[in-house]
Formats: sequence, structure tokens, C-alpha cells
Amino acid sequence: MATVELTFTALPVHVRTARLVATAVARRSGVDESLLDEVRLAVGEACSRAVEGHQLYCPGEPVRLALTDLAGRFEVEVTDTCLPGGRSPGGPGSGPDPAGAGRESSAIAGAEADFHAGLGIAVIEGLADDVQISETAAGTSIRMSWPSSGAAR
Amino acid sequence: MDLKLDHHSKDGIEIVDVEGEIDVYTAPRLRELLIELVNSRFYQLVVNMEKVEFLDSTGLGVLVGGLKRVRAHDGSLDLVCTQERILKIFRITGLTKVFGIHDTVDEAIAARRAEK
Repeated sequence: MATVELTFTALPVHVRTARLVATAVARRSGVDESLLDEVRLAVGEACSRAVEGHQLYCPGEPVRLALTDLAGRFEVEVTDTCLPGGRSPGGPGSGPDPAGAGRESSAIAGAEADFHAGLGIAVIEGLADDVQISETAAGTSIRMSWPSSGAAR
Repeated sequence: MDLKLDHHSKDGIEIVDVEGEIDVYTAPRLRELLIELVNSRFYQLVVNMEKVEFLDSTGLGVLVGGLKRVRAHDGSLDLVCTQERILKIFRITGLTKVFGIHDTVDEAIAARRAEK
């Protein structure tokens, strides 16, 4: 069972809340202060990615964030329920731009969306100590972890 | 905190002051401002990020988009940032090679003048 589990409506405004909760639980779990910025950013990236996917393919479904204090590890899992089969072949950049809300359809805006889609995963992999990205029956799971002293259990 | 945006001209260059968090929720506002400035024919931009508390890949995407837009008009977009936690994101993504990143607004303006 996760130490703290959070589900939230797939809206960009809630990603900040998810970051704040993850950082608070990481601190309570004994993750070193010097790593908290990395936790905050990596969780934000994973949740942003999930929210954008949900907005494109399943806006009514919530995003799930599970924070678990394991033996010496603080583990975060962000799960989306965007079925792989529901994704368009061109990836997120080929769909509507969720952040721009369709206000701009220029080539630059499309390139920006594609750039961002790939960059989020690159940032997560650059920040988290251990990252596993897997396809589930319902969508994608991003699991990442950092060392902790296990204070919250 | 939320995102605060302001801009002013200095020595013929438009300085964009950004304060707060740039993420998936707030980045569209920065994108809109950069588009508005380019549409108003401001092609020499310096984005002052000294008061930015959080930046994610959405924000990086908006900055890259802004750079592309000004470059289409032979313009420039430089950054001012000395915060290690923000600079780290530019390093991880290799974007330190794409943007001119300076310690102060005056230094960014001087570097831009020297290139002309």
C-alpha cells in the first residue's frame, strides 16, 4: 500500500498540487534536502505528461500519483489511463496543443509541442535515481525512486 | 506562487521579467507574451529568470519556441539566470548550448551589442 495516494482531475492547475504533496511526503520519508528539487521537478514532469495525455484522449479520467516509503527508498508512481491504442500515430504533437488551447496552429507551435513531449521523459531520466516506464493494461506507468531514510513509515 | 510577467525596453532590447513558477499551467501565459512581443516587432529579447522559482520542460519548450520566433526575424532571445536549480535543467537537456545565459541583464545586453 502506498504511503500517500492521490488522484486528481487531469487539469494543468492540479500538477502544482501534486508536486507540493510529493515534495512534502519525500521530506517526511527522509529524502535528503539536496534531492527534493529533483523529486519536485521529476514528479511535475511525469504528472504534466499524464495530464496532457488525458486531455487529448480521456479527459474524464483522473491521474493517479502514488508515493511509497520503502526500505531506504522513496518511490513515486504516476499512472495514466490513456490506452496505447487510443493514441494517434504521430504522438502528442500531432494532436491539439493542450497548453495553447488551439489558439495557435503554426509550425513553431507544433514543433514546440513535439519538443516538450520528448523533453519531459529526458528530464525525468536525467533527474531520478531509478526510472522505469512501462505500458499497463490501461495506459502508462512511470515509476521512479530516490534514496531515503524511511522516516515516514 | 503563480507566474508574474512584466516587460520593458532597455537600450533597444525588450527585457521580459519573469517571477514565480513556469509549468504546464502557467507556461501558456509566457508563450502568449512572447508571441505578442514578436507580433509587435520586438525581435531582440532578454528573459530575466532571476526570480523564477520553478521551471519544467513545458517552460523550456516555450523558451525554445520564443527563440525560433525571434530567429525567424534575425532576432535573439537571451536568458538571465544564476540559480543553480534552474541552470541544472538547461544543462540536463543540453540547452545551455542553445541559449546565451548571462548573470545580469546588463551583461546580456552588452553581449548582444558585442555580437552586432
